[in-house]
Amino acid sequence: MIRPDTQSKEPTVVSPPDSTQQGSTAREEAPDVSALGAPKPQGDGHNVVLEGLSAYYGKMHVIKDVNLTFPAGEVTAIIGPSGSGKSTVIRCINRMHEEIPGAHAAGAVKLDDLDVYDPQVDITSVRRLIGMVFQKPNPFPTMSIFDNVAAGMRLTGIRGENVRERVHKALRAVGLWGEVKNRLDQPGIGLSGGQQQRLCIARTIAVEPEVILMDEPCSALDPIATLKVEELIDELKARYTIVIVTHNMQQAARVADTTVFMLDGEVIEHAPTTELFTTPKDERTERYVTGKFG
Amino acid sequence: MTELPRISAGRRRKDRIMRGLLAAATGVALVPLVLVIYYLIYKGAGQWSGQFFTSDPNGNFLGYPGGIRSAILGTIEIVALATLISVPLGIAVALYLVEYGKKSLFANVVRYFVDVMTGVPSIVFGLFIYIVLVVAHVGGNFTAWKGSVAISLLMLPIVARSAEVVLNLVPGSLREAALALGAPRWRVVTRVVLPTAASGLVTGSLLAIARGAGETAPLLFTLGTANGLTFNLSQQMNTLPTQIFSDITSPRNAIVARAWGAALTLVVLVLILNLIARAAQRRSRLA
Repeated sequence: MIRPDTQSKEPTVVSPPDSTQQGSTAREEAPDVSALGAPKPQGDGHNVVLEGLSAYYGKMHVIKDVNLTFPAGEVTAIIGPSGSGKSTVIRCINRMHEEIPGAHAAGAVKLDDLDVYDPQVDITSVRRLIGMVFQKPNPFPTMSIFDNVAAGMRLTGIRGENVRERVHKALRAVGLWGEVKNRLDQPGIGLSGGQQQRLCIARTIAVEPEVILMDEPCSALDPIATLKVEELIDELKARYTIVIVTHNMQQAARVADTTVFMLDGEVIEHAPTTELFTTPKDERTERYVTGKFG
Repeated sequence: MTELPRISAGRRRKDRIMRGLLAAATGVALVPLVLVIYYLIYKGAGQWSGQFFTSDPNGNFLGYPGGIRSAILGTIEIVALATLISVPLGIAVALYLVEYGKKSLFANVVRYFVDVMTGVPSIVFGLFIYIVLVVAHVGGNFTAWKGSVAISLLMLPIVARSAEVVLNLVPGSLREAALALGAPRWRVVTRVVLPTAASGLVTGSLLAIARGAGETAPLLFTLGTANGLTFNLSQQMNTLPTQIFSDITSPRNAIVARAWGAALTLVVLVLILNLIARAAQRRSRLA
């Protein structure tokens, strides 16, 4: 039996009455994105635009001339069968694609006016602006919960005494604060799978990126943990441009404002989510969303 | 429904015979191992005494011939210097191969030569150092540090190879996570890869040290002969392997007996290193 009140599933941490951290214990589980600051005013976010993007593994041409716009303040989902190039597309956005030996990309990826593939651009600053959450939770095994969230700042050389503050903010934003505040010094790999994934999201937003890419972030999680991550995505979209790759069409329908359907490295259809699922224009999209192939 | 076939008597018999043969082969393989340990303890344990560990060989023709203090400390000094040379260098080679060189031609050539070096007989390293450092009179004649260099040449490929294996065990997803946060590669290596692999690197290095500590051949013509205790690595020095080597051919029974005592000591030292290596392995976060 799954009760909608998932709070009772979590170990309740009783804080001493004199604790200054007490706050609203009942609300502690819910993501508190307001901790990150007010949502950006309309038009202040950052759009990601792909212009004629092609990607290769060696000589294999896997992404063929993709043109897409991921608008600020929205969640865009990319769906498609295995091998259609969904993950490759988002790995091109933060230039992780080229980390694979023999892989390269051509065309342009623009973060507002900045071309991510400009040879003058420092690749590490690109990745700082465009965060990424991976399929399997991958906290650093040698680091504590606190250090895992602080890792982004320490690894990029951000210094200053506000590291602690930013870690706490990020943990509140992913709704993990109540669960871990009393064991911040314990290893991050001691958490459950769902908690680990939210820890990884906290690690990503602690660097304060502009865009968050998610590569099937829930495929290794159980339904309850998935629900929490989906709620979190909904909360985060006010501040970040979010692109999520998913195998799960229900998930795309739940979280995305617009959805892209990809097939064999090409964009087949890009439309508002409800439109794409209810009145697809392309016959292949219809066949995919109704489960006829893929 | 057909009946399941039964195991025939012939198959049962064959199985018993083959199992018996394998057990017998294992027994035969164990004989020399057990005999070596038995002989070491039988001949060597009697030599152990307070005096044995606290005195140096004295060269007296009569009476107590002296213990092995200088040999134990000499071995520790020489292996310590060899470790200081070979462990950082070996880990650096492995880091290059795993993090930077990867599948490039140069990396593959290096990998091949590291493998070849692992198989080079240890006496060849001794000979090499003898020619380029001893005969050439680089900083004196026979000196302890030249023995260390010879031992480090022997340890280097062992450290590099084991470190490469351990670094390859660090999941790629951790490197990706760190890179995706915007970390430069050198920080990914120092903050994520090395700490994750640390215990495995320690294990590999300790096994290389254990191997180096027991080698005689690289020391035979590099550090000369000495009896007295010295902490000066630019002098000749006594070590356990070289002392065993010279003692065992002595006509005096007391000195031959000292060789057995020293041999047992050496085996115990190596055993302790192996045990520490296993303990480090058990704490590893990698598979």
